[in-house]
Amino acid sequence: MSVSFPEKDRKLVEEMIRHYPHKKSAIGDVLYLAQKQFGYITPEVELYVASLLDLPASYVHQVVTFYSMYLEKPVGKYLIMLCDNVSCLLCGAEDLLDRIKEKLGIEVGETTGDGKFTLWSVECLGACELAPAMMINDKLYGNLTPDKLDRLLDSLE
Amino acid sequence: MPQVKLISRFFEIENSHRLRVYEENGGYSAARRVVTENWEPEKIINTVKASNLRGLGGAGFPTGVKWDFVPKDHEGPKYLVVNADESEPGTFKDRHVMLHAPHLLLEGAIIAALSIDAEDVYIYIRGEYWEAYRVLERAIKEAEEAGYLGKNIFGSGHSLKVHLHRGAGAYICGEETALLSSLEGFKGWPKLKPPFPALQGLFSMPTIINNVETLSYVPIVIEKGPEYFAGLGVKRSGGARLFGVSGHVNRPGVYELSLGTPMRELIYEHAGGIRQGRPLKAVIPGGTSCPVLTAEEAEKVNLDFDSLAGIGSMLGSAGVIVMDETTDMVKVLCRICKFYSFESCGQCTPCREGTGWMTRIMERIVSGNGRSQDLDDLLDIAGMICENTICPLGDAAALPVISFIQKFRHEFESKVSAGSIAAASSRLSAEEL
Repeated sequence: MSVSFPEKDRKLVEEMIRHYPHKKSAIGDVLYLAQKQFGYITPEVELYVASLLDLPASYVHQVVTFYSMYLEKPVGKYLIMLCDNVSCLLCGAEDLLDRIKEKLGIEVGETTGDGKFTLWSVECLGACELAPAMMINDKLYGNLTPDKLDRLLDSLE
Repeated sequence: MPQVKLISRFFEIENSHRLRVYEENGGYSAARRVVTENWEPEKIINTVKASNLRGLGGAGFPTGVKWDFVPKDHEGPKYLVVNADESEPGTFKDRHVMLHAPHLLLEGAIIAALSIDAEDVYIYIRGEYWEAYRVLERAIKEAEEAGYLGKNIFGSGHSLKVHLHRGAGAYICGEETALLSSLEGFKGWPKLKPPFPALQGLFSMPTIINNVETLSYVPIVIEKGPEYFAGLGVKRSGGARLFGVSGHVNRPGVYELSLGTPMRELIYEHAGGIRQGRPLKAVIPGGTSCPVLTAEEAEKVNLDFDSLAGIGSMLGSAGVIVMDETTDMVKVLCRICKFYSFESCGQCTPCREGTGWMTRIMERIVSGNGRSQDLDDLLDIAGMICENTICPLGDAAALPVISFIQKFRHEFESKVSAGSIAAASSRLSAEEL
């Protein structure tokens, strides 16, 4: 098998499993770890995770495809997740989405040619008091305006 | 009525997420009291029952009654699961609780775990809540180091381990049986009830699932007494809760109010009124799955379980979305339909197919190509989904469709007829060519 965790990550997997009476409950955390290590979840990674948890690869694949935060394709260095659910929609999310598309020259779901940005429109982020809101990787940004958005995107190296 | 400051007082204290600050403000005294005074589980449960505390994730089930369902003679593990998968559009109160008062949640979880004799607590937190996850992670460590979690808590001989479990982006996992499926390492598919989780839940063991805010009120109920809490607001159905206001208001945010506070007061006083002084058009009272209210209804109704039920809606998760007169109701409903269609887990046919159909019809109407039959078709499909699915997501998808069309039918009709006229004239011009 060509993908595998380094020693310290294998120890982490053992720790993750210890939280549950059954190994397979740790699948979520192991997939996050795999994503961090390998960038995204390929069929090969699914096989590897399956072997760590004594599960069939098809089971792992079902889990990966069910949840939206496991990446099956590579994304840019910065994953922009703009919420356009109701509260954000009421506060101007559509204009912001257009602004990002125009600025980066990509559509929703696409990555810029230099691999720097990927754009997603996502469901409610639970930050409606900050609408319109978005996340870039694991950081939340709120009360966005077109100018604020411009400055933010320009500031990312 | 002024805001009450029970949970929300911690939102205003600097570094309230740290153990030292929490304890300086009276933290962990309720749990310590329950343990050192050797409260029997029955005493804890009766206190919570007397307080009238209800599930604040959306269902509103009496908390003490739920705890009492756990069999006392069960041999083997029992579990407490904290539902921190806050995902109902318009809802963000639990995020604030976890960021500012993680120890209040942990203290409530300790007391709840003692009441059902559980030694393991799982906090299922939605994957997007990175910051809250880190805050909770540190709070758990602090509580373990202080001897409030882990082995022999408060020197009592009880053990309690709190585990943090991250979700990975699936609204359905906020539904309790789907959450359990997800915790067990499966995709988040809801299960039929019965068996109820209190008898056969996580890993097939008796399990109580409580929302973040619900558990965070438990130490307050113990500390101030159940009569105090039950006495807040309306008679018979009293208490307090956190209202999250968003949309077209001047001061969106979380406001803690006694139940029975007029919605008018929440919108116009606490949340600062409508932006640019515009007239109100509609309000979604408790997350997008609750039937929408017209301005007239919203300005008359009080914020308690019975008042909202009385006008055919729900208090839900108390995520109040305010819409002013400029709002395009057709577009808002379309967005809601898209959400439920995307989040349907795909297990039950009426929901899986129905949410897709409703979304496609709504998108057609929004794009100006609506047909005269569309509104009746939408109501028909919504009616076929209602009560025909394993979990409440089906109803959550159908109720907004029904209420939006019933209450704002003229807006939908004018959009549809504009579409029909456009379609007819383009047919005509095609024939002319």
